[in-house]
Amino acid sequence: MSTDAVLLLFIVCASTAGELCITRAMKIVGEVNNFHPFEVLRVIGRAVRLRWMWIGLMLMLLAFLCMLIVLSSENVSFVVPATALSYAAEAYGSRVFLGERITSLRWVGVVLVCVGVALVWHGKS
Amino acid sequence: MSSSEGLHLKTYILLLIMSVFGPLGDVFLGKGMRAVGSAARWAPDDIFRFFHLAFTSGTVWLGIALLLAFFSAYLLVLSWADFSFVQPASSFSYVIVALLGHFFLREFVSTTRWIGISIICLGVLIVGHTPPRTTERI
Repeated sequence: MSTDAVLLLFIVCASTAGELCITRAMKIVGEVNNFHPFEVLRVIGRAVRLRWMWIGLMLMLLAFLCMLIVLSSENVSFVVPATALSYAAEAYGSRVFLGERITSLRWVGVVLVCVGVALVWHGKS
Repeated sequence: MSSSEGLHLKTYILLLIMSVFGPLGDVFLGKGMRAVGSAARWAPDDIFRFFHLAFTSGTVWLGIALLLAFFSAYLLVLSWADFSFVQPASSFSYVIVALLGHFFLREFVSTTRWIGISIICLGVLIVGHTPPRTTERI
């Protein structure tokens, strides 16, 4: 497996885990109904006091640094769609970790997205 | 306007912001990193030089700024909508990334890749017909 493929897999895993952690933090913060700048700042202030937010941000920072490395040698039109490989893991993770209910229709959509990503990957060679 | 319609409206407005700023950020990152180039080896000094070049590039910072705007919209929408709804729905941005990569960065996009991206779009349309929230607030 090439270095870029390993890095892409790492990006998928780290960004998925990071996004799940950040989502958990934002669910704790609660729904934002007022988009006044002070209210948004207050929401951000609440979010950054949560441990889940920091774990998520660290994981996403790692994924971002790896993304920079891959982008230095691969086309953006390949790299970005390839990272959508995380959809299956995200749907599963959001069900297990966040308690979300994934409807059959939503699963169909997620599977189609994954098939599309596989073709994008195949189209590289 | 009912609260359900309002919920959908603000969700789709923020998804639109995400769909524009995210791809633009990725494309500027790609442009900046292409100029930086890949490191010849991955020794510690090479890694330092690589990231030094990356983080002193104006194009890379423009990409980061756009991605931060995308991320802000993403955080806001996640406060009420399901992660499993938001994330696939935002994948429409993959089409925009490919189009920008093709026309702006002059990247070659094969027919198979276009087909793959079209199928991703179809998946997104299906996901868009599911309700934004299936859980109660924590």
